[in-house]
Amino acid sequence: MDLVTPGTGLTVWMLITFSILLYLLVKFAWKPILKSLKEREDSIGQALKSAEEAKSQMAQLKSDNESMFKQARVERDVILKEAKDMKDAIVAEARKAAEEEGKRMIIKAQDEISKQKVAAIGELKSQVAAFSVSIAEKLISKKLEDSSEQQQIISSLVKDFGTGKAAVNN
Amino acid sequence: MPENKRFYNSKTFRFLLVFSIFCTFGLNNAFADHQTEGVAEEMHATEAHAEGETAKPTKFEPGKMILEHVKDGYGWHLWGTTTIPLPMIIYSKSKGLQVFSSGHFGHNPHYEVYNGYTLNHESKLVSEDPAENFYDFSITKNVLALLIGSSLLLIIFLSVARSYTKRQGQAPKGLQSLVEPLIIFIRDEVAGPSIGPKAYKFVPFLLTIFFFIFINNLLGLVPIFPGGANLTGNIAITMVLALMVFVVTSFSGNKTYWKHIFMPDVPKGLWILLIPIEIIGVVLKPFVLMLRLFANITAGHIIILGFFSLIFIFGEMNQYLGGGVGIFSVAFTTFMSVLELLVAFLQAYVFTLLASLYIGAAVEEHHHAEDKH
Repeated sequence: MDLVTPGTGLTVWMLITFSILLYLLVKFAWKPILKSLKEREDSIGQALKSAEEAKSQMAQLKSDNESMFKQARVERDVILKEAKDMKDAIVAEARKAAEEEGKRMIIKAQDEISKQKVAAIGELKSQVAAFSVSIAEKLISKKLEDSSEQQQIISSLVKDFGTGKAAVNN
Repeated sequence: MPENKRFYNSKTFRFLLVFSIFCTFGLNNAFADHQTEGVAEEMHATEAHAEGETAKPTKFEPGKMILEHVKDGYGWHLWGTTTIPLPMIIYSKSKGLQVFSSGHFGHNPHYEVYNGYTLNHESKLVSEDPAENFYDFSITKNVLALLIGSSLLLIIFLSVARSYTKRQGQAPKGLQSLVEPLIIFIRDEVAGPSIGPKAYKFVPFLLTIFFFIFINNLLGLVPIFPGGANLTGNIAITMVLALMVFVVTSFSGNKTYWKHIFMPDVPKGLWILLIPIEIIGVVLKPFVLMLRLFANITAGHIIILGFFSLIFIFGEMNQYLGGGVGIFSVAFTTFMSVLELLVAFLQAYVFTLLASLYIGAAVEEHHHAEDKH
C-alpha cells in the first residue's frame, strides 16, 4: 500500500463509515446537543433579563417606599401638630372655663360676705342699741354714791360688753 | 483596469497563489519521498536477497519500519512477531467474494501464498495470476482503526447527547463539560464568524469533521493496540474528508458563488483565462485540505518513529551507544508527543476552520457596495 495513493478499499470503507457516522451523529447527537445548548443559553439570557427587570422593579419599589415613607412622615407630623393644637386649645379652653368659674365663685363669695357683713353690722347695731339701753337703765336705776364706785361700775360694764357676758346675763 | 486589480487583490487569487505554491512543494516532496523510499526499499530488498541466509537476518531497516507503521496494513502489528490478523475481503470476477484471515499470509518478509493471493515485499496484496482483476475491501489496520474511532465517537457523543436531554437546562457534568467548550468553540468561534448568519446549518457537519479528526488524531498517538494507527495521516481518509467538504461547499453554493466562478466580473475576453483558474481554485481548496492533514499527521508519526529508530541504529553499532542515544530519544519523543497533542487539536481546528471558510465563501451574500472596491 502506497503512502500517497489512496487505497480503494479504505476509501470505500471510509465513505460508508463516515456517512453513517455523520448521519448518526447529526441526528442523535448534534441536533439534541445544539438544541439544548441553545435552550439553555436562551433560558440563561431570559433569567438574566428578568433578574435585571426585577432589579429595576426593586429600585422602583424602593423609591416608591421611600416617597411613601416621606409622605407618611409628613402626615404624621401634620397629625401630631393637629393633636398638639387641639390639646392646647382644650387646655386653654379648660383654663378659661376654670378661670371664669373661679371668678364667678369669688364674686358669689364676695356677695355672700358682704351680705353677711351687712347682717352682722345690723345685728351689732341692734345689740349695741340694746346694750346702751340696758346700760342706761342700770345707770339710772343705781345710785351713784361716789365717783370711784361710778368708775368701777362703768369699767365692769365695759368689761361685760367686751366679753359679751353682760348681754347674756341680762 | 480596476476590475483586474480587484481580481489580483481578491481572496481567491491569493488562495490560488499560496496554495499552488504549497501544493507544488507538497506534492514534489511527497512524491520525492515516496520515490526515494521505494528505491531504498528495493535496495534493501536486493541487499537481503544478495546476502541471503549468510548475512544477519534481522538487520534493522528504519525506513522500512517507519513506513510499515505509518502506512496501512493487513495485520495489526503488536510486538515482535505478534500481529493481530485481520479479515481479508477480496472480490474478483473470476473467483467471486472471498473472505479469509490475513494470518494465512504469515509474517514479513516471507509471505506465503493463500487462495492464490500473497503480499509482495511492500506488503501489498498481489494475485498469483497477474491477469486477475480484483477489488480489495479488506478490513485493514486503518479500517479497523476507523471503526474503533467511529464507535468511540458514537459512544461519547450519544452519551453526551443523552445527558443533555436528561439534564435539560442544568449545568454540564462529567464528559458533557469536557466536550461542551469544544462544541461551543466550533459553533461560536469557527463556524459563526466564517460562515455568517447561515452557520447553524453547517455546525453539525463541522462538529462531526472536527471531532472525527481530533479523536482519531489522539488515538493515533496512543502507542498500544486500539490506537497507533495512522488513520488521519492516511491519504484515503483525508481525501474522503476533503471530498465531503467539497460536496457540502458545492451543494450549498449560492448564485453569486457560481457566478463568480463561471461568469466573473471581468471583460469577457479574460473569461477563457479566469474560468479555468476559478475551477482549479474550487478543486484545489479541498485538495489542499486533504494534503495538509495527511502531511502533518504522517510527519508527526514519522518523526516519533524516527527518534526511536535512532536507538536501534546506534544500538547496532554499540549497545551502550544505543542506550545513551535512547535517553535522548525518549526525551525527544516525549517532547514530540506533547507537541503532537497540540498538533492533533490544531490540525482538527485548521481543517474545520478552512472547511467553514470555504462554506462561508460559498454561501456569502455579496453586497454590491463591497464589490466596487
